[in-house]
Amino acid sequence: MLNYILKRLVYMIPTLIGMSIISFAIIQLPPGDYLTSLLSTLADGGAPIDPATVERLRSQYGLDQPIWIQYGKWMLGILTRGDFGFSFEWNQPVSEVIWSRMGSTLAISFAALLLVWAVSLPIGIYSAVRRNSIGDHVFTFFGFIGLAVPNFILALTLMYVSFRVFGQSVGGLFSPEYVDAPWSLEKLWDLILHLWIPILVIGMSGTAAMIRILRANLTDELSKPYVTTARAKGLPEYKVIVKYPVRIALNPFVSAIGWVLPELVSGVTITAIVLNLPTAGPLLLRALVAQDMYLAGSFILLLSVLTLVGMLVSDILLALLDPRIRYN
Amino acid sequence: MEKPVLSVENLSLDFHLRTHILHAVRDVSFELHRGRTLALVGESGSGKSVTARSLMRIVDKPGVMVGGRIILRTQGREVDLAQLASNSPEVRAFRGSRIGLIFQEPMSSLSPVHTIGSQIDEVIRLHSGMDKRTARARTVELLGQVEIPNPAEMADRYTFEFSGGMRQRAMIAMALAVNPDILIADEPTTALDVTTQAEILDLIKRLQTERGMAMLLITHDMGVVAEVADDVAVMRFGRIVETGTVDEIFHAPQHAYTQRLLASTLKLEQPADARAEAVITPQPLLTVKGLTKVYGGAKGFLGTKKFALKAVDDVSLVLHAGENLGVVGESGSGKTTLGRLILRIVEPTAGQVLYRQKDGKEIDVTALSKSDLRKFHADVRLIFQDPFASLNPRMTIRQIIGDPLVVEGKLKGKEIEEKTAELLRLVGLSPDVMERYPHAFSGGQRQRIGIARALALDPRIIIADEATSALDVSIRSQILDLLLEIQSRLELSFIFISHDISVVRYFCDRVAVMHRGKLVEIGPAETICTSPNEDYTRALISAVPNPDPRNKRMLHRTRLAALSTST
Repeated sequence: MLNYILKRLVYMIPTLIGMSIISFAIIQLPPGDYLTSLLSTLADGGAPIDPATVERLRSQYGLDQPIWIQYGKWMLGILTRGDFGFSFEWNQPVSEVIWSRMGSTLAISFAALLLVWAVSLPIGIYSAVRRNSIGDHVFTFFGFIGLAVPNFILALTLMYVSFRVFGQSVGGLFSPEYVDAPWSLEKLWDLILHLWIPILVIGMSGTAAMIRILRANLTDELSKPYVTTARAKGLPEYKVIVKYPVRIALNPFVSAIGWVLPELVSGVTITAIVLNLPTAGPLLLRALVAQDMYLAGSFILLLSVLTLVGMLVSDILLALLDPRIRYN
Repeated sequence: MEKPVLSVENLSLDFHLRTHILHAVRDVSFELHRGRTLALVGESGSGKSVTARSLMRIVDKPGVMVGGRIILRTQGREVDLAQLASNSPEVRAFRGSRIGLIFQEPMSSLSPVHTIGSQIDEVIRLHSGMDKRTARARTVELLGQVEIPNPAEMADRYTFEFSGGMRQRAMIAMALAVNPDILIADEPTTALDVTTQAEILDLIKRLQTERGMAMLLITHDMGVVAEVADDVAVMRFGRIVETGTVDEIFHAPQHAYTQRLLASTLKLEQPADARAEAVITPQPLLTVKGLTKVYGGAKGFLGTKKFALKAVDDVSLVLHAGENLGVVGESGSGKTTLGRLILRIVEPTAGQVLYRQKDGKEIDVTALSKSDLRKFHADVRLIFQDPFASLNPRMTIRQIIGDPLVVEGKLKGKEIEEKTAELLRLVGLSPDVMERYPHAFSGGQRQRIGIARALALDPRIIIADEATSALDVSIRSQILDLLLEIQSRLELSFIFISHDISVVRYFCDRVAVMHRGKLVEIGPAETICTSPNEDYTRALISAVPNPDPRNKRMLHRTRLAALSTST
């Protein structure tokens, strides 16, 4: 087992190097650099630009050097000093901009994952065991609605409802009066009041998909001979099902840990914008639009790392859950 | 005589299907006595398995019990299991404790994610209320009784670390954990090799005698019945057509169906009459020289040398025109790999396969280019084991049989259809079935379709990999006769890969015996089956059950020390 984890960690190194190169290359792909986009913004405003100033800025930011040197410097900074570079747009070090966003991103994705598990596990089992019953059809119906409705429309609807019915301030994670306030019980309560909408919205399609997956997997497993064996032992029916087929049908649940993070960043950016959530998605989008390359690159890199870690965690859990993987 | 431990009276079961109700079991009655074995015999679909399961009240949906009594006499009480709800605590108390069940698939009848020990502990703790440690001690003792080496250590292993025979032993240990009065064995050895089958049957028989259990043995193999059973009930279409002692059934069968069943079993005990003599020419059709396939052996991660497995080890043989060559061996002996190497579906590690083309030129298959290999594949075709998995369920019969013709590209539209119709007639099916899908056919009919597909390109050699293993006995001999008849009309040679010695003896001129990748012995079928030279072959042949209760062969079989499962 230890060997397995070690092996996986070693395999992660080349993947990470590859990802860092690709993420740096991607942000260099569009023509121009941060200065060109800055200039065009300034030119739109009618302000005259001195070409000498531009050249000075360019060499100051190191933008006149070849790409691979820029990459080398960036990587050297990260590895030796934990310095992810400088965000041109925010005018502060990238690490400072990123950490606050990353924290809330992680918190929301984790909460959404818990919701997905808590809801889809019992419903999935019920649907598979009572296949084609009325209850199953009802859940299937709502499941398909959950899959079909775009997240941002659901977000807008929920915001409208919570504003009209509960009179809450909507959007963001806090009411305006608490945003800069120090932590207190009231602030925590305010957070919880705000948090349920994004978690529900983000978890919804995941829950629906997971119910379908679990139902299909469990349906396959239920007709396997080992279930008959368990039944022939004289075990009560719930124990037969929970201990044997559910255990094996659980694999997709654990695998989900790996893909929930990239999903949250790339998949729900629109939702995050609609809900004004301080997560990574909107920030990454803006950094890419503005060609704020160190910020964008660091974001992509960090997300890659998180995805890899998520994959590792889910693989380790999977190995714990299923000995066939462990011994392979 | 002592009262039977279990009496089944007029048991009836229905299956509520979407379109109609199927009467799966009708008015079945039988008795199980302590220390005796009743064999419930019948072909697939006769309702024998569902009857067995209804004794434990674990009939899966959509099966419904519609009548009859199941009276269990145990611990001084008499209970009618049919009266109780199938999931009631009373029924569960009998399941696993008074009635034990072992069944066919040793690969999938145990949970892959729990250790063997924990699965056996569970039954013991459920029914005897022992604590964890005592239960584990009992589990280890049981594993020892079913002759699993190092039982204490093996209890912590998972099923995928056990061979098929070992899993079936573990399954037996589980079924016997709480000393049941009745053991139901549903095709317990069907998925096993003959040698393993003999060992498992020995073991079951011994444990049954020791414990004085009653046993209900469900099987379609008359050989196994003759070796093990005391009484026999023959089932067909959900009814018991004949009951009697094993001697009565085998030597004075009354019902026409029993007679037919026995006839098709006995027919396979000797070579077929209609076999054409093979022409032994100095120029064989196919020559295999030193064929070897090694799996693994490459350097692993961190430079650890991985275990190399020689699946096929230096095998040389020849196939003459018009000859039927049998390849027999246990699972894992490399016989299937050999077939694939000859076709070069699997690339050989070393060795040569020489094939003599129609024009008399000999080509080396191992050195063929991709396009030449396709031509070779038109001459040498494959018939698969599983008639259910080897036909695409979304293609019509016309598409399935016509597919090789379309790929070949010589014939067009109407011609393909005519050829398909001709092939269907050749395998004894009406050309009218062309537009149907495979699900509309029985196992035997599907295998005919598979044969028609193999014949589509007028091949010269057919490699049949366990082509009759999945079929019932009566269908099996029909298919073999069909192949022989086709052979007499077309110029064909067969390489017949099988673990079933009686089939090979019926069908083949010469037999090659394989063991652990090596060719042990090759010779005329009759010699191999009656007086083989090698010890291994002798052990293999003597483990085949003999369908004659007066002459039980298996119990006096030759045992090869090296053969005993040492894993």
